[in-house]
Amino acid sequence: MTASNRYSTPAIALHWLIALLIFVAFPLGVYMHELPLSPDKLKLYSYHKWIGVSVFLLVAIRLGWRLTHTPPALPDGIAAWQRRASAVVHGLLYLLMIAIPLSGWLMSSAKGFQTVWFGVLPLPDLIGKNRELGELLAEVHEALNFTLLALVILHVGAALKHHFIERQPFLQRMGLGKKERT
Amino acid sequence: MKFATFILLAVLATPAAHAVEYTTVLPKQSSIGFEFRQMGVPVKGGFKRFVTQMQFDPARPEAARASIEIDLASIDAGSPEADDESAGKLWFNCSVYPKAIFVSKEVRALGNNRFELHGTLTLKGKSREMAIPVTYAPGKNAATFDGAFVLRRLDFGIGEGMWADVATVANEVQVKFRIAATGK
Repeated sequence: MTASNRYSTPAIALHWLIALLIFVAFPLGVYMHELPLSPDKLKLYSYHKWIGVSVFLLVAIRLGWRLTHTPPALPDGIAAWQRRASAVVHGLLYLLMIAIPLSGWLMSSAKGFQTVWFGVLPLPDLIGKNRELGELLAEVHEALNFTLLALVILHVGAALKHHFIERQPFLQRMGLGKKERT
Repeated sequence: MKFATFILLAVLATPAAHAVEYTTVLPKQSSIGFEFRQMGVPVKGGFKRFVTQMQFDPARPEAARASIEIDLASIDAGSPEADDESAGKLWFNCSVYPKAIFVSKEVRALGNNRFELHGTLTLKGKSREMAIPVTYAPGKNAATFDGAFVLRRLDFGIGEGMWADVATVANEVQVKFRIAATGK
């Protein structure tokens, strides 16, 4: 098989692992912040932060991989504006996957809670405790997340449209379905 | 006028007689703080209002006495949410037990300006004997007394029920205080 229309295996593995983590962290974040204070709430906050730090690190690795490996070319017959749109959306997704954990980390510091990855590895507090800044960063974190949600819907919708409606071998690019059609 | 000011400053700056007995606590230069771990994350807090009474003569440390009364509602537990929670029944139960009270029984000199303060801490209706190491530092205007000890919150029923799980909020609370005092 040639891998020409398929991302490399590490890229595919990182894509799905990060997607899975985001699909856990996002609803967790929405759910947890309305809870009254309890040990469970503290646990959920910690899990959310641990996942966020993990996403941050995995995205850093993924960016390194992406910059040193050429992704497979898009199938023929995709309009130029769609190619441009796809590049823009992919760029924004990367940007948000870095900015969102970063905003969460800064928010946590501003609210006076250091982030300690898996309860073991402390991340430095890049900013000091500051209630107003903490509340502002909470809003930034939320706004970035809902932007991410919109872009993910667009991203998944476009892939599904190309695959099922235009019958282009699209999902295979990310390792789904049959590996190659020649 | 300048000369008079100089004399005044010189008098004020002169260390008080060696036989000074420290009895007047300076609340603004005194503090009580604590630190505990929550899901492995260190969280700092403190109490803003407390009243300290003391008598300490460096020449006769064994005759020293101290008592501290802390207004538990003045807590900073790390976040507004935690401040509210701490007043509740499971934590300090502030409406029934508004204060933490420490009363000394005995002071033992350990040498090098270090002392061990023995006494009783009463918190949430429970009294426990404590031995608190304190370091005394004489100063120009005020002496400081720095102490630190580990309080196990469950000894006093601080954080009951669902909060008794020490994997979430650690049992050990590192308490640090500084009391600044002047002589008569």
